[in-house]
Amino acid sequence: MSEHPGVLERLLSGDVTALARAITWAEAGDARFQRVLSGANERVGKGWRVGVTGPPGAGKSTLVNEMIGAHRAADRTVGVIAVDPSSPFTGGALLGDRIRMDGRSSDGGVFIRSMASRGSRGGIARATVDAVDAMDVFGFQELLVETVGVGQAEYDVVGAADTVLVVLCPGAGDGVQALKAGILEVADVLCVNKADLPGAERLVSDLEEAVELRAVGLRDGWITPVISCSAGKAEGIAEVMSALASHREWLEEGRLREHRSVRRLAQVRRAVAEALDVELWEAAGWRDRASHLLENGKAHYDVVADLINGLRDAVREKTEGSTKER
Amino acid sequence: MSERRIRVLIGKPGLDGHDRGAKTVASVLRDHGMEVIYTGLHQTPAMIAEAAAQEDVDVVGLSILSGAHMQLFPKIRDELTSRGKGDVLLVGGGIIPHDDIDALEADGFAKLFGPGTKTTDIANWIEEEMKTRFEKEGDEV
Amino acid sequence: MSTVEKTSSDPRALWEEALRGAKLRDVDFTTLSGEELKVIYTAEDASFSERDDLGMPGQFPYTRGVHPTMYRGRLWTMRQFAGFGSAAQTNERFKFLLANGQTGLSVAFDFPTLMGHDSDEEISLGEVGQVGVAISSLADMETLFEGIPMGEVSTSMTINGPAPILLAFYIAAAERQGVPPEKIRGTVQNDILKEYQAQHAWLVAPEPALRMITDMMAYCSDHAPQWNTISISGYHIREAGSTAAQELAFTLANGMEYVRRGIAAGLDVDEFAPRLSFFFDSHLDFFEEICKFRAARRIWARKMRDEFGAKNPKSWMVRFHTQTAGVSLTAQQPENNIVRTAYQALAAVLGGTQSLHTNSMDETLSLPTEKAVKIALRTQQILAEETGVANVIDPLAGSYFVEEQTDRLEEQAEAYFKEIEERGGVVPSIESGFFQSEIHRSALKYQRAVEAGTKRVVGVNSYVEEGEGQPEIDIHRIDPSVESDQHERLAALRGSRDSAAVESALAAVREACRGDANLQERFVAAAHASCTLGEIAQVLREEFGEFKEPKIL
Repeated sequence: MSEHPGVLERLLSGDVTALARAITWAEAGDARFQRVLSGANERVGKGWRVGVTGPPGAGKSTLVNEMIGAHRAADRTVGVIAVDPSSPFTGGALLGDRIRMDGRSSDGGVFIRSMASRGSRGGIARATVDAVDAMDVFGFQELLVETVGVGQAEYDVVGAADTVLVVLCPGAGDGVQALKAGILEVADVLCVNKADLPGAERLVSDLEEAVELRAVGLRDGWITPVISCSAGKAEGIAEVMSALASHREWLEEGRLREHRSVRRLAQVRRAVAEALDVELWEAAGWRDRASHLLENGKAHYDVVADLINGLRDAVREKTEGSTKER
Repeated sequence: MSERRIRVLIGKPGLDGHDRGAKTVASVLRDHGMEVIYTGLHQTPAMIAEAAAQEDVDVVGLSILSGAHMQLFPKIRDELTSRGKGDVLLVGGGIIPHDDIDALEADGFAKLFGPGTKTTDIANWIEEEMKTRFEKEGDEV
Repeated sequence: MSTVEKTSSDPRALWEEALRGAKLRDVDFTTLSGEELKVIYTAEDASFSERDDLGMPGQFPYTRGVHPTMYRGRLWTMRQFAGFGSAAQTNERFKFLLANGQTGLSVAFDFPTLMGHDSDEEISLGEVGQVGVAISSLADMETLFEGIPMGEVSTSMTINGPAPILLAFYIAAAERQGVPPEKIRGTVQNDILKEYQAQHAWLVAPEPALRMITDMMAYCSDHAPQWNTISISGYHIREAGSTAAQELAFTLANGMEYVRRGIAAGLDVDEFAPRLSFFFDSHLDFFEEICKFRAARRIWARKMRDEFGAKNPKSWMVRFHTQTAGVSLTAQQPENNIVRTAYQALAAVLGGTQSLHTNSMDETLSLPTEKAVKIALRTQQILAEETGVANVIDPLAGSYFVEEQTDRLEEQAEAYFKEIEERGGVVPSIESGFFQSEIHRSALKYQRAVEAGTKRVVGVNSYVEEGEGQPEIDIHRIDPSVESDQHERLAALRGSRDSAAVESALAAVREACRGDANLQERFVAAAHASCTLGEIAQVLREEFGEFKEPKIL
């Protein structure tokens, strides 16, 4: 195999299948991904990341498709990660977002990858950020992550973006629910899609009112705009694009570094938590110890204390040891 | 670290709109724990191959009822090969006469499933086939 | 004991007692659509008014049939759908059929034509002439009808998305023969709503597609009064996997949507509604199918008279064509398909169909061969001439079971009408994927039942013949030269026509898209200017936008 160039080399030279394979590794939590990414670290951060979320049926894929079109019209390349839930029963998933976006993917300037959320262990947030990093390294200029829902899990997925776009549509009380779910805290741009349906104006004014009441000073002066559009009719897309661009300008005028380092830090923290889970729980035998202690009648908090204290002691010993050596 | 899931692309090449079989198979594969990407109708060979490459699928399943399989299927295989996806497990189904099944199976298609095939048999066959493929796989950083 | 006394005097109680101790077969007793059935139906189950719910044949609400004489007056039309290869090949077949006494022609088109693509477009590769005839221009249509008097034959064209353009080719071809549009007779299927729901051969998004249909309705009212503008089709909905109730409900909901659009466009309901016709599937569940046809007539009559205020009894009538269920045919032991088709044909006749297509036994393997087509036709002839079923009108009326199931289907349809309305109507329900996902769910449920063995299919999951090899059936193939010949014809056309006239005709279509001018007139002009199907369709796609199927999985 060694006479063939590896995934990293091929990825850096613009081979789409290498990018696709790197993302497969990222999804699987395969250690080979980390080596690929470490080998291209200096390239991370060139692309602009937009996270798109909203309730099912809000028309996110259709809007994303229009956004892809707008970027392509301006000759910018686009990488998209579309996340759909896995079945909690079988672990399988039906990923159908390409139906709304395909047609675009053959022009070389667009890469679309469907991802299944693969259960609730939180790995999806790490996997999507990894996948976006891979597209970034590959050289895509505009990086989009689309995920269904308005809740903590979705915010974790889109939260690593530079700009978060929340898409809502009139009907079924989604707007109100979304407000309850705290979208104002995460949304940099709010979009009311299907603006020709009854109830759209009302939803827009409810959202604007909520922004006014709650947003002052909330995000260092950025006031979340509320935009109407009809993605299915390709109406209002320019307005959405311009709101996204304004947010980008605002960030680039000063806060981008800080904004990204906060998000990078969160990314590291998530990866650490996930790695610790594997390292300690599986590899270092915590599962066996915990189960042993429980069987011996220990209360569960005492089991936790036992494990954590053991870890703390081990870390202290190691730190003292290395201080002495020095 | 975490388990590898079988990723399948279900494609509808050509212009026929009969997607009952494709959607049924997609749903059944999902129920067998696979991640299934459905491309939708009216796809060209290039669109299907490009989607397969971007999605890094292990399996490409094609469904066609228009009679154009002998033109379109080999073209899709060629498009996959030119994108470095020649090693994908390539299967198909639809209204395909036996002679054509033999010709395609001799020419890069792992298996063609005729009308009346149990969808669970398709799923089990893919699972078996992928088990050995995953074991053999090795790609370097 | 009192039970003994009771059972001796009450047959019902006696029967229930007998049933309680009896061992029943361990099989699924639901209908093909999965509806639970009772062991027996009695007068208690069927509460119908003979006057209001049944009527007499030819009388409101037409449950018993649309004609007072039904098959005693005239048998159903045995109409077999045909078309393959090039226009010249199909023209020969048409002439043969006409020479043998057939008066109506039925045209099947290939997929590129159905999707509004020329034979020489890249996307048409491998599909030209495969499942029907390829028609890319007026020249092809003229070849198709060469030597056939277009003022005398009645032509049925199975086409939807680009139906207005194909009708324009037909009108222009007739005019070249010296036949004015007033003289042409026939039908285009033109039922675009079910395309989005099930069959998936569309051209543009639903709203502009509906505008093209109302433009066609208006044009035909003025210029081609003998042309039927829509055949509202449940066949494809059913074949895509729906239940009987869904086929019934979605088809009639679509029909009502066309009526609403026609009225909204300013047309008089009694002027266009009599020229609407229907097209249903006849599937395997014998009684459920018969009840579906009876319920369709009753529902439509009630809706048209009571909700849409139609005054002309012809507006109230469901006249329908039936095709047996292609999806019920099996590739295993294909000769058994003859028997399946025969039962389905019987159900269609007992349900009062106006015309019938019986499928050929080899359709799961390829296009039908001549022998298989002939057996399919003979099946109808045996039914009509030997079995005696055409002697008496609606012979099953009054059966407790049949009347109860007819009511059940009507109720299920009404529940769907309500749900569709709550979802904002037919078009929003298409855009959100409601119909598509209902159909998919039913298809999946049935497939699972077959695989689990609760629904039996002979030759597939029961009575399977071990070591079954190649079925002994000839395969009908299309000569690949059809595709290359079409390429040459189109190249010659593009090289010889007046390109300025082409450009200006296409510009006129574009202008009509943006404004209110009647599109059908512009299509006819474009046909005369030798614009191709693909060129006109491309203008429509650019102006109106393409339809992207919703994600329903």
